[in-house]
Amino acid sequence: MKGALFLGWRYLAHHRFKTIVLLASVTLMMFLPAATRLLVADSAQALTARAENTPLLIGAPGSELELVLNALYFHAERPPEVTSQLAEDVRRTGLATVIPLNTRFLARGAPIVGTSLDYFSFRGLGLRDGRMMGLLGECVIGANVARSQGVGVGDSLVSSPETVFDLAGVYPLKMNIVGVLEPSASADDDAVFVDVRTTWVIQGLGHGHQDLEEAGAANAVLSRNDDAITANASLLQYNEITAENVRDFHFHGDTSGFPLSAVIAVPNDEKAGTLLRGRFQDGEIDGQLVLPRVVLGDLLETVFTVQNYIILGLVMLSLATVAVITLVFLLSQQLRRGEFFTLKRMGASRGFLTTLVASELGFVVLGSLVLAALLTWAVRTYATQFLLSLMTL
Amino acid sequence: MTDISISGLEFSYPGDHAFAMAVPKLTIPAGECVAIVGPSGSGKTTLLSLVAGTLLPLAGKIQIGEITVSQLGDTARRSFRSREIGQVFQAFELIEYLTVNENVLLGPIIESAVDTQVRERATTLLHSVGLGDKAHTKPANLSHGERQRVAVCRAMLNQPRVLLADEPTGNLDQANKQNVVDLLVTQAREQGSTLLMVTHDQSLLGSFDRVIDFEELTGVTA
Repeated sequence: MKGALFLGWRYLAHHRFKTIVLLASVTLMMFLPAATRLLVADSAQALTARAENTPLLIGAPGSELELVLNALYFHAERPPEVTSQLAEDVRRTGLATVIPLNTRFLARGAPIVGTSLDYFSFRGLGLRDGRMMGLLGECVIGANVARSQGVGVGDSLVSSPETVFDLAGVYPLKMNIVGVLEPSASADDDAVFVDVRTTWVIQGLGHGHQDLEEAGAANAVLSRNDDAITANASLLQYNEITAENVRDFHFHGDTSGFPLSAVIAVPNDEKAGTLLRGRFQDGEIDGQLVLPRVVLGDLLETVFTVQNYIILGLVMLSLATVAVITLVFLLSQQLRRGEFFTLKRMGASRGFLTTLVASELGFVVLGSLVLAALLTWAVRTYATQFLLSLMTL
Repeated sequence: MTDISISGLEFSYPGDHAFAMAVPKLTIPAGECVAIVGPSGSGKTTLLSLVAGTLLPLAGKIQIGEITVSQLGDTARRSFRSREIGQVFQAFELIEYLTVNENVLLGPIIESAVDTQVRERATTLLHSVGLGDKAHTKPANLSHGERQRVAVCRAMLNQPRVLLADEPTGNLDQANKQNVVDLLVTQAREQGSTLLMVTHDQSLLGSFDRVIDFEELTGVTA
């Protein structure tokens, strides 16, 4: 037995190329169907877990999937906006806690999520460092943002302008980091959280500038009447909100008309949730109310169907591979007849020769199993998040 | 002392009615170096296989020392062969994926009986034939002459009572032929083994104690 195993091992080691090809073929044969199934299952679990924890989502009429992916993962195509009046309408029903979301902007590639402090308790997000944002212009960053961008409490992030040519639009705003979140293995790790009003400042709906009553601003004033003061471009505009200038920041117009990407509604209880859904169905409140769990369930149903077709294809490919490997193996036994005859003449029994051939197969299968297990582990560890990010891009 | 004793031996391959071999009587004393000559297809290789116990006779008796090989069961014959018989094959039949040292150790590897003593003997044998520095080389990287010496070392490892060599000089030039025969005879004499070598080459016969003409020995119909 020991001798046959030794010879089997030496044979495989000598024919390295053949062994590597065999190992690769058998490994892929084992790994691909298993990994596909596990990857889809893990991704589905990760997707549904966040959706299960988000009872109701309200947004503008349009793609339900876009709305859910954007509100849950912040990376999907931007859905049509709603006004903050919608959040107010829902709040006024007294049926649910309302959490606004405005996910339109980015800072160094990370999504800026404008929301309220309720969001953190709703998602169970704790601070690793610093404190929650309290003032306009302050931000709390996810663990991955802190790690990948090498920033922390006391540093700052600048919002990305949407387009260089949009002079009336989004200006970069320097945001002070006041807190870093504990890792949560979710999309929250990759986000920059600010108060929803900060996103309106980024959007240009609110701004801060030199006090026009100050003596230093006199040269900038063009005209003055009872209702308004008109200034020229020399008036100093602030692009960072500080304790000194925060009072100079203000919003023009009615904030109830300001935009939101979505509103998370956390019903007080099941009955309140049902009543709230009824209000939307009756058209009492404008907008679209969706159950993220149901929307993602529909998506996953399609994914699972595709997965089954892929696995079927892989199984058929595996069968063809097994047939080819068997053929190669049998041909190889033919070529080794001389070697087997010598071993026989040297005293090897038929059992020894069978063990020798079986050990070669065994080493290949065992090696492939180990490789397939390692690959599957690597895929489960690293690829699920990657796949999720692909699905939500 | 008689080492190999054959009497009333008859053999034919199943289904091959054209070949039949009979050896009425043959005795070879212990330690004798014997060359067997005869035309191709006359059964010289078959005789060596019968002595080695790889083939079984239809009738008759083959005795090596006190053991009647032809009456042993499969397992006992294999065990006897690996203990008492050393074989040098026509094309040396080295295993390409094993090193020189592992090829020499092939018998004990098959028996799962490799120990320090056997390893030391393999090393000593390789050094004695000038291959000490090639112990970890694969056969593909050896010259023809070196391969012969490895085959002889493999055959001599278990200090066999009987050394069987089946035309080991078949494809060699004259100088190498004589080298192989000298090596076999020297090793056999050093170990006290009985050497039985099949050859067609008349020029090598002078190295042997006795030459047996196979046609005279047998009633061959080829």
